[in-house]
Amino acid sequence: MRLLEHQSKKLLSSFGLVFTESISVNSMAEVRAAVEHVGLPTVLKAQTPFGGRGNIGAVKFAESADQAVIAAEALLGMDVRGTTVEVISIEPKLTYDCEFYVGITWDTVAKLPVALLSLAGGVEVESAQSDRLARQSFNPWTGLAPYKAREMAAESGLTGKTLVGVGEVLTKLSQAFLACDGITMEINPLVVTKDGVLIGLDARVEIEDEAVYRQQERLGLLGELTMTATGRPPTPLELEAQRIDETDHRGVAGRVVEFDGDLALLIGGGGASLTVFDAIKEHGGAPANYCEVGGNPTEEKVAAITSLLLSKPGVRGMAVIMNVVNNTRADVIARGILMGVKAAGRKPAETISLFRVPGNWGREAREIMEAAGVEVYGREMSLDAAARLAVERNRTHAS
Amino acid sequence: MLLDPKAGVLVQGITGREASRMVKDSLAYGSNIVAGVTPGKGGQRVHGIPVYDTVAAVVEKHRATISVISVPPPAVLDAALESFSAGMQLCLIMTERVPQLDTSKLQVAARRAGCTVIGPNSLGLIRPGIAKLGTIGGRVDNVRRSFTPGRVAVLSRSGGMTTEIASYLTSRGIGQSIAIGVGGDAIVGSNFTDLIELLEADPATDAVVIYGEPGGAAEEQLAARLKQKPSRLRIIAFLSGRFVDDLEGIRFGHAGVIVEGGRGSIRGKVKALRKAGVFVAETFEDFLRGLKYDA
Repeated sequence: MRLLEHQSKKLLSSFGLVFTESISVNSMAEVRAAVEHVGLPTVLKAQTPFGGRGNIGAVKFAESADQAVIAAEALLGMDVRGTTVEVISIEPKLTYDCEFYVGITWDTVAKLPVALLSLAGGVEVESAQSDRLARQSFNPWTGLAPYKAREMAAESGLTGKTLVGVGEVLTKLSQAFLACDGITMEINPLVVTKDGVLIGLDARVEIEDEAVYRQQERLGLLGELTMTATGRPPTPLELEAQRIDETDHRGVAGRVVEFDGDLALLIGGGGASLTVFDAIKEHGGAPANYCEVGGNPTEEKVAAITSLLLSKPGVRGMAVIMNVVNNTRADVIARGILMGVKAAGRKPAETISLFRVPGNWGREAREIMEAAGVEVYGREMSLDAAARLAVERNRTHAS
Repeated sequence: MLLDPKAGVLVQGITGREASRMVKDSLAYGSNIVAGVTPGKGGQRVHGIPVYDTVAAVVEKHRATISVISVPPPAVLDAALESFSAGMQLCLIMTERVPQLDTSKLQVAARRAGCTVIGPNSLGLIRPGIAKLGTIGGRVDNVRRSFTPGRVAVLSRSGGMTTEIASYLTSRGIGQSIAIGVGGDAIVGSNFTDLIELLEADPATDAVVIYGEPGGAAEEQLAARLKQKPSRLRIIAFLSGRFVDDLEGIRFGHAGVIVEGGRGSIRGKVKALRKAGVFVAETFEDFLRGLKYDA
């Protein structure tokens, strides 16, 4: 789960990390008071869960209260990658001498958390030479030792008060990372002001979804959380699929991602889904969607998803391809598919491009499908061959 | 070799629905399950296997060196520590949705205890014709149809694809020495590189088919190891999810880019593996060509 900037800062502040004073507003009525409070010149930032805000005009500067109002008007309600900006933060614009990058994330090869420090902060950090980047993995049981953090600062070439200060920031950030089940936590830039004070201007925090259950108390203090922050917002078809999946807790049938194609897919098993999707493209096909089916969904659920996927304009047919270990009852899938095809006003033999379900109750599935004029395949047909045949047959179906 | 058929196996969380079914299928396949643990349910039996309250109580009465963990996610770390403290040498974690922090912590403890961890989020491992751990292959009749003894190992980041690949090999008359679902998470106890090193020491294995997916750096890490030190094993890779490379990814922060260094895409993984001399299959069926003994 990705937190917004102001939520990230609030969370990290509770671990003793220091950020510029910031006021979050969600209406124009609050803007002038906020600017007056933080003082001029001012920075106004759209609160979005995406990086690279500077490049898309989601960060603005103002020298006067009037300028701030104009900037706020542009930012509130702005569309960023399909999501609407509902909150902006208003902060004093600081002058500073140098900017650093500090971050903690996972090193999946070492299987350990890793602390990162670069003296090139801001957007320069990724292109910085690796010799200017200090990295130190640490034990998740004991955390990043303060002396290790100071060694990182020294290795980067820092001295004096800044060395000690940056070491402290890294230690506190690593404590926050472990305490909050972080996936990524970074302060960028971390600046040294004219008075020699270390202060964070921007922060990014991502909490692991699988650990949210034990972070409820902390997250509860942060206000409304952005739950879906990856990729584009869901399409109406995807939302409807999700609704169908939620109508019944039994089995999965509805994790849908929509694409621009003419072959609807119902596929079983995560790895098999990726394989089939690749194979269909490889054989010149165009998937209309990605949809995983698993567990033991009800006939009704399978029917509803089938009919939904077939309702997409331009779809010629559907392939149902599951892996050899799925424990799904093939007969239930077969009945559900036929119900859905009928509900969509189509004929099974002219719609089902391929049916490969090597699950239990295969003989019943075969009888049901063959009665409707559709051939059934089992494990003797590889995922690759199934995809190839599905693409060939789909070409003969009408859209 | 992993999974000595004579070694005793205990199942933590044995009274759970999935674990109980897994015990039934594993026993039918010949696995040497000697005991189970569910705190508070000591004294019960599951398919004839005695249940204890603690792992310590199991090792007092039985010789067990392998543990299969099938407990809810919040209980996994503690269950793993319990198995390490009782001297387990192999620990298979089946549970899905274990927080990474817990996986990292238990991996640090496992290293200290000298225990090999497979998973989390692994369907299990099998030595065809000998024994299996976990639900790999599904019901026992399906396991028998899919896996046959032989000299090719299968390592897969997807549980289902482990069986799909083995089943395809079997259908072409090629048997398997071992098949392991390494687990689908970003951090797993034993990754491709760790396991290839074990397999290099196994005289019963000639070749390895690995199945990879987008994300993480397991394939790139293996490529780096092979470039540095070539393997005696013939290694064939099949990677799925090429289409994911073309989806628009939404960036969040810089840490991932710095640490992974642009790794994670299928395109990058394929390139790294090919540079290291690995045969990377273009399509699912194509991996047989790399094995060079297409029947």
